[in-house]
Amino acid sequence: MAGLPGSLVPSPFRVQRVRRETYDTFTIELEPANGADGFPFAAGQFNMLYVFGVGEVPISISGDPTKRQTLVHTVRAVGTVTQALRRLKRGDVVGVRGPFGTHWPVEEAVGSDVVVVAGGIGLAPLRPALYYLLSNREKYGRIALVYGARTLQDLLYKSELEKWRSHLDLEVEVSVDTAAASWRGNVGVVTTLIPRVQVDPFHTVALVCGPEVMMRFTVRELESRGIEPEDIFISMERNMKCAIGFCGHCQFGSTFICKDGPVFCYAEIQPFFAKREI
Amino acid sequence: MNRGSLQDRELAVLERDRFQQLLDVLGERGYRVRGPTVRDRAIVYDDLTSVADMPVGWTDEQDGGTYRLKRRNDGALFGYAVGPDSWKKFLHPPVVRLWRAKRGDNGFQIVDEPEEVAKSAFIGVRPCEIHAIAIQDKIFLNGEYRDPFYQARRQDLFIVALNCGHAGGTCFCVSMNTGPKAKFGFDLALTEVLEADRHYFVVEVGTELGAEILREVPHEAASEEEKAAAERVVAKTASEMGRAMDTRDIEALLHRNYENPRWDDVAKRCLTCGNCTMVCPTCFCTTVEDLTDLTGEHAERWRKWDSCFTMDFSYIHGGSVRASAMARYRQWMMHKLAGWIDQFGTSGCVGCGRCITWCPVAIDITEELSAIRQSEHES
Amino acid sequence: MTMETLERMLTEHPFFKGLNKRCLQLLVGCASNVRFNAGEVIFREGEEAGLFFLIRHGKVVVETFAPNRGPIVIQTLRDGDLLGWSWLIEPFRWRFEARAVELTRAIALDGTCLRGKCEEDHELGYELMKRVAHVIEDRLQATRLQLLDVYDSVRS
Repeated sequence: MAGLPGSLVPSPFRVQRVRRETYDTFTIELEPANGADGFPFAAGQFNMLYVFGVGEVPISISGDPTKRQTLVHTVRAVGTVTQALRRLKRGDVVGVRGPFGTHWPVEEAVGSDVVVVAGGIGLAPLRPALYYLLSNREKYGRIALVYGARTLQDLLYKSELEKWRSHLDLEVEVSVDTAAASWRGNVGVVTTLIPRVQVDPFHTVALVCGPEVMMRFTVRELESRGIEPEDIFISMERNMKCAIGFCGHCQFGSTFICKDGPVFCYAEIQPFFAKREI
Repeated sequence: MNRGSLQDRELAVLERDRFQQLLDVLGERGYRVRGPTVRDRAIVYDDLTSVADMPVGWTDEQDGGTYRLKRRNDGALFGYAVGPDSWKKFLHPPVVRLWRAKRGDNGFQIVDEPEEVAKSAFIGVRPCEIHAIAIQDKIFLNGEYRDPFYQARRQDLFIVALNCGHAGGTCFCVSMNTGPKAKFGFDLALTEVLEADRHYFVVEVGTELGAEILREVPHEAASEEEKAAAERVVAKTASEMGRAMDTRDIEALLHRNYENPRWDDVAKRCLTCGNCTMVCPTCFCTTVEDLTDLTGEHAERWRKWDSCFTMDFSYIHGGSVRASAMARYRQWMMHKLAGWIDQFGTSGCVGCGRCITWCPVAIDITEELSAIRQSEHES
Repeated sequence: MTMETLERMLTEHPFFKGLNKRCLQLLVGCASNVRFNAGEVIFREGEEAGLFFLIRHGKVVVETFAPNRGPIVIQTLRDGDLLGWSWLIEPFRWRFEARAVELTRAIALDGTCLRGKCEEDHELGYELMKRVAHVIEDRLQATRLQLLDVYDSVRS
C-alpha cells in the first residue's frame, strides 16, 4: 500500500521558539518544515507531538486559529516526552500529527454572552477560543474570562491577561488559591468568581477547561446561576495513544475523547461525568 | 467480498477425501491458507497446507475456566468449538510496526515502505467469528479513520465458513443471534456430516469467487437427504448451547447500574489478568511504543495489543483513572455489552464463550449480566 | 424503635442541645434510627439531599474524587457530628460523597419534610439554622486552616 495517511505518521515541524511560562510550563512555537502553507485548526483541537525516538504526547493547540503559519502549544513538563520538548532549541524538529478532536462552539455561540472558565493550564486550550471571540467581537454579547491558578507564579500568559483586561468590553476575573499579602487581587478558588460575572444566564454559552474536579464544581456553579447543561462545554482528558479512535485508551463512558471530544457539551456526558473511575 | 442473495445459493456436496484439494486450489491461487491445528494442547489457528495437520478426530470440553482436548471416536475435521485464538490474530496482528524513520535534513524522514501482505484464506470460520470480523470491519474500515494495516489483511480475504456441529460448553451464539449457522460474510460455508459409512460436507456458495473456487474441486449437487442431514447437524448444535445471554434493553439496564454492588462482587474474584481481552475476537485495544536504537539515528513506532485491565491503560497525571479492579472489570463488560452499541451500532459480544473458558477464575459474563438484571427485580 | 426512644436519642444528641421540647416534638416525626456497615456509601455527589444524619457512634468520611488521584477524603466525622447540611440550602443536592468507614449508628432526619416544617414554623427554622450555621462555620475555619498548608515550609 502506498504511503501511510498523515493521521498515522508525524509531519516535521521546526521549532521557532521555546518560551518559559512558569517553573514547569512552557510555550513552543512551530512552523512546518516541509514547506506547507500553515496549519489550519479549530479552537479546542489538539495535536500529537512527537520527539524523535522519545515518544508522543497529546497537547492542545494554544495559538491563534487565524495565524496559521505558526503552530503554538503550551506544555507542562511532567514526563519524558514533555521534558524532552522543553529542551528543544530553535531549529530542532518536532513531529506533529493532527489536528484531532472536536472544537469549542465559537460559531454556534454567535449572538450569545460567553463565559470562559479556566483552571490552571486549562487556559491553554481556551486561548484559541478567546482569540477567535475577540477577533469577532461584534458577533457576541458580553464576554467574561474567569481564570484561577494555585499561586501568582502559576498564572499563564500574564501580559496577555493584562491586555485583555484593558479591552474595556471584556471582563477578566483572576484568582489564586493562596498568595502573599502584597497581592491585591482575588484569593479563593475560581468557582467563587462565577457569581460576579455579568452575563445573562439565559443567553450564555460557557466554555470550561481545567482539572476535572474543578470542572465538576464549576459546572455546578454555572448551573446554579441558571445556565443550561446544553450551553455548557467542557474539555476532557484521558490517556491517549493513537488519537484516531483505534487504541481504545481514551474512552470515557461510551465516547472516545480523541474523536467525540475533547470538547463535549456537558448535557451529553452528564450521566457519567460525576461517576467515579469512568 | 460479495454477498450472494439467498436465491442464488446453491448447495453442493464435497466428500471428505476431496478436502485436501480445496486447500490445494486455494494455495495455487496465491492464498496464504490458515486454519485450525493442534498445538500446546489446544486448537489454534495457523498456516495450513495439509489436512493431516488439522485437528482430525479431536474435540474440546469447555466450561468456566476449563479447556481440555479429547479424542473423538470419528475422524471429524471440525468436531470442536473455538479455541484461545481468533481470526483477529491475523487481521489485527498482536504486534505490527507502524512505520520507521531516520534522522535527516528536515529533522527526520519517514521511510516509505509499502507493506507486502499476501491475501489470506481462512478455513473453518465459525458464524460467531464471521460476526466478530464484521464488527471489527466497522471499527477499522467504516469510521472516520481507516486502519491501513487491517485493510491490507482484510481485503481479498477468502472465507470458508464452518457451520458448527459441536456446541462448546460455554457457547451462547443462539441467544446472541450469531450462529450456529452462517448467514452472511462467507465465500463458502461448510457443514460437516458424519454418517456411519460416509463423511462429507454440504457446501453453500456465498459469492462468485466461492463458486469459482468450488468449480475446481470435484463436487456434486446436494440431494434433499444430504441437505436435511446438514440442517439436523446445525439444529442439534443449536439445542446444546451451554449458556444464554438475555440482551433485552441491555444498554439502559447497564447504564442505570453503574453502582450495582455486583461489580464489587465480581471484583473480588477478578484477577485483572486480561485473558478475556486476549481471547475475545472483538477486543481491539492496542498501545503504541516508540523505539530508537543506540545510534539515535533510527526510530520505529510499533503497535501492540493492549488490555483495559492493566493499570497503565487509563493512566494520566500520576495515577490511573480506573485504579480498582472493580472499575476495570466494569469498563470491560459495559463496553462490550453496551458501549459498543453506542459506538459501532452493534454489541461487541458474539457469544463465543472464550472469555468464560479462559478466565482462570471462571467468571461468566452471562451470569454477571443475569445477576445485575436479577438485582433489579429484587429491589 | 419507639417514639420515646427516638425522642430520647434526639434530646441526648449534642447537635440539639438546648432545643425546647416543642421543637423536639416536631423533629421526632421526621426521625428514624439507622445504621451503616463499614464501607457502606451513605450518599453520593450530585444526588438529591433528602435525608441527613446525626452520627451517634461510628466514623464517616466525606470525600470527593479526581480521576488520577482516586478518592480524596475532605473530612472525617465522628460521634456527635452532623452529616450533611445541603438539605437546608439550595439546590438541595449533595456536593460530596459520604461513606461509613466503621459500623456507624445514626439518627436519620427527613430533610425535605423538615424544610417544609421550617417554612411554616420559623422558630423551628431559626433554631435549626443557628445550629447548622455553627457547624458550617467550624468546618469553614478548619478548611481555611487546611488550605494554609502550614506544615509545608519549603514551597513558595
